[in-house]
Amino acid sequence: MTMQAKPVPVLDTDSRPFWEGCRQGVLRIQRCKTCAQYVFYPRSICPHCMSDDLAFVEAKGLGTVYTYTVVHRGFGPFQDEVPFTIALVDLDEGVRMMTRIVDAGEGIGIGDRVEVVFSERDDGLVLPYFRPILTATR
Amino acid sequence: MRRDRIAAIVGIAESDIGVTPDKTVLQLQAQAAVRALTDAGLHTRDVQALFCAGAWTTWTNLMLAEYLGIQPIYTDSTNIGGSSFEAHIGHAVAGIQAGLFEVALIVYGSTQRSQRLRGKVPGEVGLTEQYEAPFGLPVPVGAYAMAAMRHMYEYGTRSEQLAEVAVAARQWAMQNPRAFARDPLSVEDVLASRMICEPLHLYDCCLVTDGGGAIVVTSERVARQCRHKPIWVLGHAETHTHHTLLSMPDVTSTGAAVTGPRAMAMAGIRHDDVDVAEIYDSFTITVIVTLEALGFCHQGEGGAFVSGGRIAPGGSFPMNTNGGGLSYCHPGMYGIFLLIEAALQLRGDAGMRQVPNAQIALVHGTGVQLSSSATVVLGRD
Ligand SMILES: [Zn+2]
Repeated sequence: MTMQAKPVPVLDTDSRPFWEGCRQGVLRIQRCKTCAQYVFYPRSICPHCMSDDLAFVEAKGLGTVYTYTVVHRGFGPFQDEVPFTIALVDLDEGVRMMTRIVDAGEGIGIGDRVEVVFSERDDGLVLPYFRPILTATR
Repeated sequence: MRRDRIAAIVGIAESDIGVTPDKTVLQLQAQAAVRALTDAGLHTRDVQALFCAGAWTTWTNLMLAEYLGIQPIYTDSTNIGGSSFEAHIGHAVAGIQAGLFEVALIVYGSTQRSQRLRGKVPGEVGLTEQYEAPFGLPVPVGAYAMAAMRHMYEYGTRSEQLAEVAVAARQWAMQNPRAFARDPLSVEDVLASRMICEPLHLYDCCLVTDGGGAIVVTSERVARQCRHKPIWVLGHAETHTHHTLLSMPDVTSTGAAVTGPRAMAMAGIRHDDVDVAEIYDSFTITVIVTLEALGFCHQGEGGAFVSGGRIAPGGSFPMNTNGGGLSYCHPGMYGIFLLIEAALQLRGDAGMRQVPNAQIALVHGTGVQLSSSATVVLGRD
């Protein structure tokens, strides 16, 4: 019996720089050159001011957990990975991402500081996960 | 109430619900449509406008209209998730008000349980879905779990309070012979049930069933000639705020904060005019955030509001009187069943679970990942 494949992103001209950045260990978000707001996910117009002048910039990769859930019943190809933690993380630049929280030995909480860690999924896709920033380095 | 009598619900019906392995999704919808038209005293040949939403094909209205033998002069396949049918009501009223048609049929059906359609994960994800799906969040439950987690963090909401929503729904279902889940359920039972996505347990989640429903909406002129007393659409409003969860500014506050006041203002009613509420309950947290956003309690106080039996049979805020998506049935997009139950209550035909002398009902649908909201206010003469 073949294991069902996990969802793979279909790269397009909005998303390609983001996913190629992940492979290179760089977290890319956009910044609008007209209104200076940061934008995520990547797109061709600024949702704040309608400008089409957006540039990819490197995010610092630091953020704060906005909310999370520990998944105990995964669907399809994720069912054997439970429990795992999915979170919404607010980057310091002010945009929000969905991610997985890893290396959180003592668990995670809302408001915890986290940093990006690029992780290769078992099928080779590199995803931007986040892990708690150790107290010693805070 | 200041709203003019423009349009009314004159026919309501459900198909077979629960587990219907021998029925196709078209058969369920045809069954519901014929029953609703018969309920109204109308015929498929009277239908001028068709409203349908479903996940069973891209071409819902084309396929369904042809199957029913209808060639509508107005068609609307607005699909914003479970709240689609509350939006359809508003669109039907607007079309009637504009003089475009007088008889509208709203239809839904799903065989998701028998076809095991839930919990599927796509192999490829494009466009804006590619920034969420690869991480493995089970949707929609995981999204609602993250809303619940944040609600607990900000407002101190407790799992026991979430459980109160499920327990009240079950108590209503126990008064409804058609309800899918009718065994007694306690707060302790909910908390002891299997964890799905923290903090949501199994019994914080809606049922997965088959089923369909249909509603006939007509102009005042036609409504006066129908078999039942008209259930007037007094107010309606809709919005959607996001698609990806990462784009929802505050996961504890939904578009109901926009649609509730708009629909109630159109109807000219206040909160304490509402005799019965039918509130989308895909998950227990859905009810809590919706009641807050609609203004039945303050933001953050939804957990306390639903506690102490207030929303259960005999409580001061009769809600989800058929047992809701948590205990009655939930064939994927539940919104049409909210409207059917509200109309049944206003007709006075709800049997054991009838709310005495119900005159005003507020119906609120919520779709996808707390993404879409639509409110309808109904009333009788
Ligand atoms: Zn801009």
